[in-house]
Amino acid sequence: MQTLLRTPLYERHVALGARLVPFAGWEMPVQYEGVIPEHRAVRTDAGAFDVSHMGELSVEGANARGFLQSVLSNDLDRIGTGQAQYTLLTNEQGGIVDDLIAYELEPERFLLIVNASNREPDLAWLEERAPGDGIELRDVSDDCALIAVQGPRALERLGLPEAPAFTFEAGELDGVPCTVNRTGYTGEQGVELLVESDDAAGLWDRVLERGVVPCGLGARDTLRLEVCYPLHANDITPETDAISAGLGWVCALDKEFTGADELRRIKETGPDRKLAAFVMEDAAVPRQGMAIEEGGEVTSGSHSPMLEVGIGMGYVPAESAQPGSEITIDVRGRPRRARVVKKPIYPREES
Amino acid sequence: MAAAESYPDDLRYHREHDWARIEDGEATFGITWYAQDSLGDLVHFEPPEEGATVTRDEPYAEVESVKAVSDVVAPLSGEVLEVNRAVVDAPEHVNDDPYGGGWLVRIRLSKPGEADALLDVAAYKQHLAEQG
Repeated sequence: MQTLLRTPLYERHVALGARLVPFAGWEMPVQYEGVIPEHRAVRTDAGAFDVSHMGELSVEGANARGFLQSVLSNDLDRIGTGQAQYTLLTNEQGGIVDDLIAYELEPERFLLIVNASNREPDLAWLEERAPGDGIELRDVSDDCALIAVQGPRALERLGLPEAPAFTFEAGELDGVPCTVNRTGYTGEQGVELLVESDDAAGLWDRVLERGVVPCGLGARDTLRLEVCYPLHANDITPETDAISAGLGWVCALDKEFTGADELRRIKETGPDRKLAAFVMEDAAVPRQGMAIEEGGEVTSGSHSPMLEVGIGMGYVPAESAQPGSEITIDVRGRPRRARVVKKPIYPREES
Repeated sequence: MAAAESYPDDLRYHREHDWARIEDGEATFGITWYAQDSLGDLVHFEPPEEGATVTRDEPYAEVESVKAVSDVVAPLSGEVLEVNRAVVDAPEHVNDDPYGGGWLVRIRLSKPGEADALLDVAAYKQHLAEQG
């Protein structure tokens, strides 16, 4: 068995009594006190997540921008230095190799924060397509840790001013230097603090001293599902195209990038199936892999701690993807009714 | 609020972390403190139908937390007389009070002699210790 990797915060998780589980090759906290209280802390106050397992790839050089424009779906010319952008690494079929956030550090220097399990495949993908000179690609994941602090009171608790989403700047928290990214995966206001590995435990301690609740990956998953952020390898994969996944808004189809032709074709003809969000009408918890009778299957499913019902996402035939459509989920042999809803399942305005 | 760890003396236990309270040819079933703690906050209880037959060592219901679903194994054989509707409506009763308000079903026993194969509290605690 392969040894699990540990983040610089591992000792902190153990000391806090976290339940640790294997995730994407890492030994990560799934919960501390419990998924539901942690989830609610993020929706009502502020929670902190160790997301240091995520990968950081550095792309720099005279051709860095032009190269990334040719492999990423979104248009980097829409952002400038100090701004970030949600984007996709796509294949020739328009499938999703990974979803990631690109940070423009300088006009020809970028940091890509990618999914943990895609760190090596992404780097290999980029290396294979990079022109011979003018590009330096480096995996800098081991140098840095990432702590997400999310929730309506996150900024207040950290003593940070408001700033536009998808911007970042060098900063510090109680003397610990870090980069403050205005990004997140919960649907709440908040930041992701990028910090040197050696400073990570100190930063984590400062965050918790300010009354932020430690949260595990269990709550991270239910939070992102309530707001319908896709999870790579579940909802989006190299076999699912960006248009069917509802990610056309991050595909700049007026530029050329890998798979753009195919994505333009799918957009033109309309996808056969779409990634729909649904809420259970019968009492049941949908789970990944369950069949949907109308066609397709559940790609993410769980219990919504805010709505207190089963919720999920899955690819369904386009005619069943309209909000209001009734679908039936095969819950271990039992047909259970669900209704397709508009995304997000849990709108923040309700909080 | 989650209950403190406990294993009452008057119950019989199954290795799959179920308990049975046996009285006059009937039994009440539930899951142990260890089982609910391992699962975390329960969000769904899928009960058997009243009148259904349950068989010792076989699954008769499901309990689910946010992260996982788990079969509930019958410690004894019999017929389901009653399902705890309070747990269907609010599965967290199992976390709050696993041996009281969090009971799952009441059974008429078809083979009362099966009870001899269940663990007493000392043997169940030993089983937990061996599980680490």
